[in-house]
Amino acid sequence: MTFASFIIQLLNGLASASSLFLVSAGLSLIFGVTRIVNFAHGSLYMLGLYGAYSLIEALGRTPLGFWTSVVLAALLVGVAGVLIEVLVLRRIYKAPELFQLLATFAIVLVIKDIALFVWGAEDLVGPRAPGLSMAVEILGRRIPAYDLLLIAIGPVVLLALWLLLRRTRWGALVRAATQDREMVGALGVDQARLFTSVFFVGALLAGLGGALQIPREPANLELDLSIIADAFVVTVVGGLGSIGGAFLAAVLIGVAKAFCIGIGTVHWFGFEIAFSKLTLVVEFLIMALVLVVRPFGLLGRPPATQRITADPAPPLAVPSWTFALVWLALLLAVPLVADRYVTILLTDIFCFALFAVSLHFIMGPAGMVSFGHAAYFGLGAYAAGLLLKRGGLPMEAALVLAPLVAGAFAVVYGWFCVRLSGVYLAMLTLAFAQISWSIVFQWDSLTGGSNGVFGVWPSPWLAGKTAYYYLALAFCGAGVALLWRVLFSPFGYALRAGRDSPLRAEAIGIDLRRFQWSAFVLVGTLAGLAGAVFAFSKGSISPATISIAQSTDGLIMVLLGGVETLTGPVAGAAIFTWLRDEVARRTEFWRAVMGMVILLIVLLFPQGLVGGLKALATRFRERAL
Amino acid sequence: MTAVLQVEGLHKSFGGVQAVADVSFGVDAGELLALIGPNGAGKSTCFNMLNGQLAPDGGIVRLDGRDIVGLSPRAIWRLGVGRTFQITATFASLSVRENVQMALYSHAGRLRSLLSRFGAAFRPEADRLLDQVGMLDQAERACGVLAYGDLKRVELAMALANQPRLLLMDEPTAGMAPKERVALMALTAGLARARNIAVLFTEHDMDVVFGQADRIIVLDRGALIAGGTPEAVRANAQVRAVYLGGTH
Repeated sequence: MTFASFIIQLLNGLASASSLFLVSAGLSLIFGVTRIVNFAHGSLYMLGLYGAYSLIEALGRTPLGFWTSVVLAALLVGVAGVLIEVLVLRRIYKAPELFQLLATFAIVLVIKDIALFVWGAEDLVGPRAPGLSMAVEILGRRIPAYDLLLIAIGPVVLLALWLLLRRTRWGALVRAATQDREMVGALGVDQARLFTSVFFVGALLAGLGGALQIPREPANLELDLSIIADAFVVTVVGGLGSIGGAFLAAVLIGVAKAFCIGIGTVHWFGFEIAFSKLTLVVEFLIMALVLVVRPFGLLGRPPATQRITADPAPPLAVPSWTFALVWLALLLAVPLVADRYVTILLTDIFCFALFAVSLHFIMGPAGMVSFGHAAYFGLGAYAAGLLLKRGGLPMEAALVLAPLVAGAFAVVYGWFCVRLSGVYLAMLTLAFAQISWSIVFQWDSLTGGSNGVFGVWPSPWLAGKTAYYYLALAFCGAGVALLWRVLFSPFGYALRAGRDSPLRAEAIGIDLRRFQWSAFVLVGTLAGLAGAVFAFSKGSISPATISIAQSTDGLIMVLLGGVETLTGPVAGAAIFTWLRDEVARRTEFWRAVMGMVILLIVLLFPQGLVGGLKALATRFRERAL
Repeated sequence: MTAVLQVEGLHKSFGGVQAVADVSFGVDAGELLALIGPNGAGKSTCFNMLNGQLAPDGGIVRLDGRDIVGLSPRAIWRLGVGRTFQITATFASLSVRENVQMALYSHAGRLRSLLSRFGAAFRPEADRLLDQVGMLDQAERACGVLAYGDLKRVELAMALANQPRLLLMDEPTAGMAPKERVALMALTAGLARARNIAVLFTEHDMDVVFGQADRIIVLDRGALIAGGTPEAVRANAQVRAVYLGGTH
């Protein structure tokens, strides 16, 4: 690479870092004060792009129209943030953190469909910035003038935020709340107003980040989850709650990505390395490295100890044999009485139930929330398909070996993940899921890229829907039974002990990391089994099986059913899968309907469905006495 | 008699601040040694170096003659050191009995089993320990719902589960009612003498310290300034100065 192209790539990287910084700074600010991991932050960014597009169409493609539109779009997104806070989140600040997370997933679904309804499914290409559409010549290369402006905007916003946080009373409150929320509350500060204002500023930054991208990137419906992954990476690499860290990380990642594109394909020692294909992976590699060396990010500090911890998890109840046998008998009888449609739907539910139970195992009893559980589901599915189609193995062998492949990935990913805890751990799992997705998506020759793998059918004796129903019931049922069994073994108890008090666990000689690592591998293997069974039931595999959406689906299933009961995740998987199927057959806007249903449940039953029903039952019993 | 715990020339500084300077002492089997001193004297730092949470800058910590500096808290526990914490740390979602059974399973190296049912083994042993600390009648309750004083007792039972040679108790009675405090330390003293366990504890409650400790050592600004029987320490002019103010 010549010096000139080095500089050009550097400028490119800095230009894309600006928007990333704005989004991440907003996310970081909101997390710092409210402790809410706002998954809907990416949706706000997406709204910023769409909003700017429409406003420019309305106000005209003049410099005045363009800039008015950008500012207006950002302000409107800020108002949207206020609405989200006031209408939904404010009602559930007292609910467990995971439930707040579930609410933000629901908001993602609703906003996606609002965007689909208003702007349609087609990508919308915005105008170039009027007055800045020319290019500037630097070292003999041409750089869009708008990019240079973007490069300047990043530091300007950083400075503005710094002044806001350091020189105003509001900023002092935000910093104080980030450090010690309870103390700020105890000092009589109106928390509701502080939270609302922080949501306004955070959302505004996301909206501004989106609006500024309109000349560079078409508005589309996939932006919400792709930018949230990027923003998570930036905030985590920079250190949660640190605005300066977010800037540093955004620049680091923006530049690293630009260089990967700039370097292109290189031949080293006879190997061909396509750096341009690394762009999707490089940020996650940086994140994994940073977190291993500095577990709280570049400029982050260990989170302040929370004095009021959440209520301890209630003891788990062992499902009774009668309960299990009655269900088994019912499920065995289904194909005899029900039609083909029910059989297929239940086969899906079996796969997702095992997926959800394995996720519940790791996030509930083991206390390690995973945002990227689809990695193992998807890797299991792909391993099954590839062993069959490319490896030439018989279907039965592929089905048995595929979970082991997923488990092998869990060995590697888990080794990194168990070094962290809390939100950092969750983000790292997301990063590994995205790395897996990127590899699958880009390795066309092996995985079929965006098309996926076709013709993944079971052997003839299992080809019938009824035969496969029984196979899925046997494998997924056995998987669920195994996980439940392990929960009540000494190993499972050690995990629960480690979740309750890592300090005490170490003090009685438990090598907690080792146990957690083993748990990672166990659930990875079983999620892989769920994926493999799923792959053969569908006959094809797409990258969607390994996407963030698949991971969040799993989280929704677990949280919907309730993380504190064993049967909750199964119920959640069944209800979610059935409901999605029902709604999707009736309306194009099934996401919004699902999102509204989830929001309703969150607001009505903050302990999840099964937990909520149990609480209701107790209340009835008490009244009867 | 050789000391169970022998500390020689322990050093630790943070930045430029000398938190613990050249501290040496020993604890014998069956003896209760109280480590006292005003806030910021270096008690916690000292404690955390003994239990493996903090690496000392210099000095030797011997357990039964074996140097344990640099070992993890896990490894130190395996050598026979039980601990209770200033702020109780128990497994809130498990029952009182299961908490003690965890320690017993871990001691026996039987936590790796994936398919056997936890709780079947070590039940009598757990109940015996709970009986000793007076918690048997609450064995079925979850630790998350216990009163604070009862949690301290559960911690003591857990600390005794690996048949320790040494108990390290960081403010064992903090947060308890005055009556309960003396009762808990009297219980500890009885168990320690009966089982020949060395006990090192820090404490702010002087009734507990002077009523239960066999010997007392006093830390001020990182250095030991006095040591001896409760009577000797009570009479020591330097100790009175540190606690009551006045000229050194």
